[in-house]
Amino acid sequence: MSVTTSSDTLSARFAQLRGEGRRALVVYLTAGFPDPTRSVELIRAVAEAGADVIEVGVPFSDPMADGPIIQESTRVALQHGVGLTETLAIVREAQVPVPVVLFSYLNPLLAGGAGAMTQARDAGCSGVLVTDLPVGVDPEREAWFGESGLAFVRLVAPTTPDERMREIGRHGGGFVYLISRLGVTGTQDTLAPELESTVARLRAATTLPICVGFGISTPAHAATVGRVADGVIVGSAMIRAASESTQAAASLTRALRAALDGA
Amino acid sequence: MTASIPVNRDRFGAYGGRYVPETLIPALDALESAYEAARVDPTFQHDLSDLLEHFVGRPSAFTPAPRLGELIGAQVWLKREDLNHTGAHKINNTVGQALLARRMGKGRIIAETGAGQHGVATATICARFGLTCVVYMGEEDMQRQALNVYRMRLLGATVVPVTSGTRTLKDATTEAIRDWVTNVNDSHYIIGSVVGPAPYPRMVRDFQSIIGREARAQVLQRTGRLPRAVVACVGGGSNAMGIFAGFVDDAAVELIGVEAAGEGLASGHHSASLSLGTPGVLHGSLSYLLQDAQGQVHPAHSISAGLDYPGVGPEHSHLKDSGRATYVAVTDREALEGFTLLSRLEGVVPALETAHAVAWLAGTKGRWMPDEPVVLCVSGRGDKDVAQVRELSILPL
Ligand SMILES: Cc1ncc(COP(=O)(O)O)c(C=O)c1O
Repeated sequence: MSVTTSSDTLSARFAQLRGEGRRALVVYLTAGFPDPTRSVELIRAVAEAGADVIEVGVPFSDPMADGPIIQESTRVALQHGVGLTETLAIVREAQVPVPVVLFSYLNPLLAGGAGAMTQARDAGCSGVLVTDLPVGVDPEREAWFGESGLAFVRLVAPTTPDERMREIGRHGGGFVYLISRLGVTGTQDTLAPELESTVARLRAATTLPICVGFGISTPAHAATVGRVADGVIVGSAMIRAASESTQAAASLTRALRAALDGA
Repeated sequence: MTASIPVNRDRFGAYGGRYVPETLIPALDALESAYEAARVDPTFQHDLSDLLEHFVGRPSAFTPAPRLGELIGAQVWLKREDLNHTGAHKINNTVGQALLARRMGKGRIIAETGAGQHGVATATICARFGLTCVVYMGEEDMQRQALNVYRMRLLGATVVPVTSGTRTLKDATTEAIRDWVTNVNDSHYIIGSVVGPAPYPRMVRDFQSIIGREARAQVLQRTGRLPRAVVACVGGGSNAMGIFAGFVDDAAVELIGVEAAGEGLASGHHSASLSLGTPGVLHGSLSYLLQDAQGQVHPAHSISAGLDYPGVGPEHSHLKDSGRATYVAVTDREALEGFTLLSRLEGVVPALETAHAVAWLAGTKGRWMPDEPVVLCVSGRGDKDVAQVRELSILPL
């Protein structure tokens, strides 16, 4: 199969979903977890089971935005020697027919040097998201990502004021990743009560599709969020399933898909 | 980029910045505005001076060290931050930030600590102000600095053991940031050194610059001249930035920072980020960093928990590149010798962190003119380290 490797892939996928009146299911997987071989299998399995977009996390030694589950997956992946180079090899090998967004802290990408984004594109990535590079903090490096040919996916938090949301919309691509609540990644039992109003504020600030992540753990959460947002992002819950088996991750993906499509 | 987003704010040359999760950006904006307002507010400045004088015990003494001076052939002066309340320079910063937190209406304080000195200083001012205090500390450091863990708990703080990663200061800092991201609306994070996202490096330097302002006035008053050099140990770099700040505009005064060379610079087990690191991003700022070719942070090592950190404050990176300051490194073994040396020559038991600066100075015979003043920042006292040194010491006692 041939995969178009540009930011357009991501936009096209969201346009298609919008046309069909469906919500996007975005799945996060840490590259190299539980080991490099099974990491490739997992990416293929969740794509097959109905993920619309896959975020592939570059393991980093100091994941300050992550809770215990993703921290642990990162630690395991690093023990297998998986950094940026190996992450891109995993993406290349998986060759999935859905867009892949490279999800990273800044430092491994800086260490990758000037060619890193070209290599990411060549490996089959359509987008890049940098956890610790918010809008406006480093225009030079932001331009590097913005002009890479990859969709530069930006994050919005519940604390982000309206004017800043507009700024983020102007400087972002692909979709906006809305962090559902204060805190780090992880699972939770209930969704933040102010989520709906934050989505509404963001809706008024940008025309980019809005995907909500952090703490979305169950099909029921996905369905609830799917009623207000354009997509949901499932990370920690998926990593927990993946640590059981590839099948468990695939069935969670199917269950999330069904819940979203029924919403 | 539109004009609404200030660029290159709080950079030191290329270094610094605000590489944090989006959630924290509004909190950093609010902190910066509050700090800017406080800086020029006479009430805040009055409250700060009052606390520094009557609670911390400033100005700190400026002590001649004639026997050490004789050893190296210079006029050595000790800037005595070890005499501050709680026993180190860390309190200068925590008093300032706690005042700021109170002004911002934050009732809960988060801190990280390595040696425990910053944790104790934070717990102390929180007790004084009636603020809730949560301190993150690596499990390994909790063992190395058990006495300080007890002191923090005695002062009413909650000490949370950090078991991730290297179980030292780096991971305690990461965990403190995670707490702040989660509780940002009601909590203020009192970072313990000139590290982290802007405005922390500048703000912590400003609160620590009292060391340099006093030292400059004291050396002029006591010797009638500026020193030839100012020497301080560098972990994150706050005591060094604090004393350097007083002399950075005096071009003839050498600024010398002493890092931890651990088991030796060639061993791979050290904390010499300025000497051997490369620029990278950790804990919110771009600075020299110990890391591998793939940008993974390399675990640091030092006998002293307060220097055991793979990064360093961004202003030091700038001072290094610009050549205004010089950075050297001293091994664990040399530091142990420095610890004993200052104790025996001057009757001052230094913190193991400070002992690195002592050890470097002890090896500089022939570098100075006999009448030249050289100022050593005694960042803290060694009580916390006595038990550890007793176990490790290579010198017969
Ligand atoms: C006595 C003392 N000196 C120095 C340091 C190192 O910190 P900094 O480099 O920020 O002064 C510490 C840190 O715990 C300390 O306790």
